[in-house]
Amino acid sequence: MAAKTLTIDGKPITAEEGATVLQAADEAGIKIPTLCHLDGVYDVGACRLCLVEVTGVAKLLPACTTRVAEGMEVKTDSERLRKYRRITLELLFAERNHVCAVCVANGHCELQTLAYSQGMDHVRYEYLFPKWGVDTTHRLFGMDHNRCVLCTRCVRVCWHVEGAGTKNVAGRGTRSHIITDLAMPWGESDSCTQCGKCVQACPTGALFHKGSTTGEMERDRGKLEFIVTAREKKQWVTAD
Amino acid sequence: MQLDDLNAIAEKEKAAAKKICLRTCMSAGCMSSRADVIKKNLDAEVKAQGMEAEVEVRRVGCMGFCGQGPLVGVDHDDGREELFEFVKPEDAPAIVSSLKGGPCDVHRGDPKHPFFAKQVKIVRANGGIVDPESIEDYIAVGGYQALHQALTELKPAEVVEAITKSGLRGRGGAGYPTGLKWGTVAKSAGNKKYVVCNGDEGDPGAFMDRSVLESDPHLVLEGMAIAAYAVGADQGFLYVRAEYPLAISRLQIAIKQAKQLGLLGGGIFETPFIFNVDIRIGAGAFVCGEETALMASVEGKRGTPRPRPPFPAESGLWGCPTLINNVETFANIAPIIANGAEWYASFGTEKSKGTKVFALTGKITNNGLIEVPMGIPLRQIVEEMGGGAPDGRQIKSVQTGGPSGGCIPAQHLDTPVDYESLTKLGSIMGSGGMVVMDDTTNMVEIAKFYMEFCMDESCGKCIPCRAGTVQMHNLLDKILKRKATARDLAKLEELCDMVKNTSLCGLGQTAPNPTLSTLRFFRNEYEQLLQPDKFGPRGNGEPKKASVAA
Amino acid sequence: MKVRLATVWLGGCSGCHMSFLDLDEFLIDLVDAVEIVYSPVVDVKEYPENVDVCLIEGAVCNEDNLELLHKIRQRTKVIVSFGDCAVTANVPAIRNQLGLGNRESVLQHAYITNAQDNPSVPKADGIVPQLLERVMPVHEAVHVEYFLPGCPPPAARIKALVGQMLSGVEPKLEGTQLKFG
Repeated sequence: MAAKTLTIDGKPITAEEGATVLQAADEAGIKIPTLCHLDGVYDVGACRLCLVEVTGVAKLLPACTTRVAEGMEVKTDSERLRKYRRITLELLFAERNHVCAVCVANGHCELQTLAYSQGMDHVRYEYLFPKWGVDTTHRLFGMDHNRCVLCTRCVRVCWHVEGAGTKNVAGRGTRSHIITDLAMPWGESDSCTQCGKCVQACPTGALFHKGSTTGEMERDRGKLEFIVTAREKKQWVTAD
Repeated sequence: MQLDDLNAIAEKEKAAAKKICLRTCMSAGCMSSRADVIKKNLDAEVKAQGMEAEVEVRRVGCMGFCGQGPLVGVDHDDGREELFEFVKPEDAPAIVSSLKGGPCDVHRGDPKHPFFAKQVKIVRANGGIVDPESIEDYIAVGGYQALHQALTELKPAEVVEAITKSGLRGRGGAGYPTGLKWGTVAKSAGNKKYVVCNGDEGDPGAFMDRSVLESDPHLVLEGMAIAAYAVGADQGFLYVRAEYPLAISRLQIAIKQAKQLGLLGGGIFETPFIFNVDIRIGAGAFVCGEETALMASVEGKRGTPRPRPPFPAESGLWGCPTLINNVETFANIAPIIANGAEWYASFGTEKSKGTKVFALTGKITNNGLIEVPMGIPLRQIVEEMGGGAPDGRQIKSVQTGGPSGGCIPAQHLDTPVDYESLTKLGSIMGSGGMVVMDDTTNMVEIAKFYMEFCMDESCGKCIPCRAGTVQMHNLLDKILKRKATARDLAKLEELCDMVKNTSLCGLGQTAPNPTLSTLRFFRNEYEQLLQPDKFGPRGNGEPKKASVAA
Repeated sequence: MKVRLATVWLGGCSGCHMSFLDLDEFLIDLVDAVEIVYSPVVDVKEYPENVDVCLIEGAVCNEDNLELLHKIRQRTKVIVSFGDCAVTANVPAIRNQLGLGNRESVLQHAYITNAQDNPSVPKADGIVPQLLERVMPVHEAVHVEYFLPGCPPPAARIKALVGQMLSGVEPKLEGTQLKFG
């Protein structure tokens, strides 16, 4: 495979033909902010955080879906890009109910991390305070639409890694939302394999393991009995 | 089907012509005022008055003067032409008896009115003339001759060459050179290629494509077939929005008729060329007019755009090279092939060739569809053809390009209507919607209207468009409610810039245009609504450094 | 001359003020540099004129909050939104999700539905302030110079920001100092 040489932020770089600008930058240790990108699934260029400037191209290009080209000059950081990235993040925080203080992902949230990295210390736009629900019908997982940023990582891992095709997007515009099967409660989904890849993929607290939020702890004492019975009586049975 | 058969159909059709033809417009506009009953009554009345031998009552497509509808045109064999306007079903007896010199007080229009006289009809030449549900009618006016010519006399590359030479540019809005697009698809590697016709017309106040599809469906099919031959495709899709049921049903009829006559399907004109067309009906999303979203929708996926490149010409439907053109673009093809590229290029300006169909609506005396040569001054359209604003009001602005376009103020009415001139004024040619506003119009409300449209129609995929349009809409609303300050206006302008430059597809990239153009020409209307910033930064302007060191 | 410092408690849990008290011995240093002219921890009834810096905790929830805030803006050089409720409206604003009429429904829920004795919504014109229709972060009501998020911001972060201001540096929280929640 042919190699391409290009510069990113003035740094000369070689990258494999077909590689994305994001991959090339990553290899060179240049960090471009991303949100909808997730290693292992295909890119959709939706969050617009990875937009970069390319000399000779009037439009800003998403690093995640733009392929490297010979002689390309890429700028990943400029006053303009920083401004746009911060606005993008402010728009996200204003769009749904991201109440960090009471979120399961507080401190482990990519949206927070991105906000800090762009120096976002407040949101200048009016919060929309939409009414969204929380789906806790699934035995293992929960979906809090208030925290969702619609990155569709969950949809992509569900379709293209697990192959279950449970998650999808419904609605248009700011009423877009993640659904399970044909917009049914998650717990009633036939197609969900309960693999939990969506929870792993989620950048925020929108998808979470049940039992991790305040007051949710449930103990399964039967497990102890099972082990003791198995050890003492050599019987691998459960009480019920 | 061979050329002789085609000519035979045309001759037979012409021979059957009667002395008088009553052309009854049965497009969506007139249909909504009961044109179907008018046609039925006229038929019955011709029979009742014993005039069947000399009078034909013909269902025709749109005549264009929609504001005066329902319309009935009369063609006499001596070349005389009459026009009845605002026709009601009960007018049928009077209209028919007037043909024998009887009294008739049905409102008469002037077929030589500037609204008609200033037009140059290429795309709409058959509109209001032929029966859109009769392929024979279309063949009688020379239909499918261009397809025959292309298939038997021209190589595919020569067809592309002809389109390139004609200077035709995409009529969907962006104005990309059509020949260049065709050439790219033709040269793209792949055994399977597709041709797609974009009939997802959705701009508020735009109904050009609907009219073409309803009035002359075969013209579009013929254009698609020629395109398919030129680029090497054998399958076409006509993507039409579900809100156009009449267009869909007429296309279905047209496809069936063309298949029956062997003008679609395998071995067209006994050449190896195969071309089939299927209709795909949109489900109501405006963004599906964006080509990558349209393709996703055709494939049965959620209609959302994807980043380009790859462009459809290289990787389109199911990854195959795909040619996507708008309805009006395809409707230009057969006339170009039939009359030659030079003929077509003789209309219009240096960079914008041919004609353009516009839907002239809003605060304008004469509402309807017009086809004019490119480069015509806007003033001629709105004042001479459109008759200016009604009720003695002044025209304040003309909105072109729908939610992606802008508002051209009255002081720029002498601007020639071509791609470059409109872009220079911060608007766009767009697909052909032209909404006239008079001096009672509040331009901030107009900006909010279009922003609301974009906000509702955003697909939700990329953040700037999905969430940015909501914030811009809310800021415009705040300004209109007299609750905003200069800081809010600055915020609005900053968001316009951001959404324009960072959105994924054309919808978001152009959503700020109506706001930006009204800000450019009518800024005072915004500023008049602003409130003093009582609780703004202390002192004037920027927040001061906290020089509070002890 | 000492910096005239005020701290204000609007719609919040007072956690940010608790965190402020966690400044511990730094408070002693602070007293040398600032004069606390208004605060929940000092006994001043009226917000004074010519305040240099005001730290505002809490979201803008009721008419009193708004009235005081307007007064603060007119009498203060530098306003700092102090903690997540002031910066984002945070938990107090969760009622906004109930949409129009949320004011009535929260009162109904708190004072009628869940009341054990004497269910009735407290009402005393001129004494009990009316809730606003919509809870706002401070900067939505008045201009704010600097932001100190956190729920609550730990003492170290308060110290950093106040320290920057006292030394005449443009305050800016970066890296681990910038944190919501």
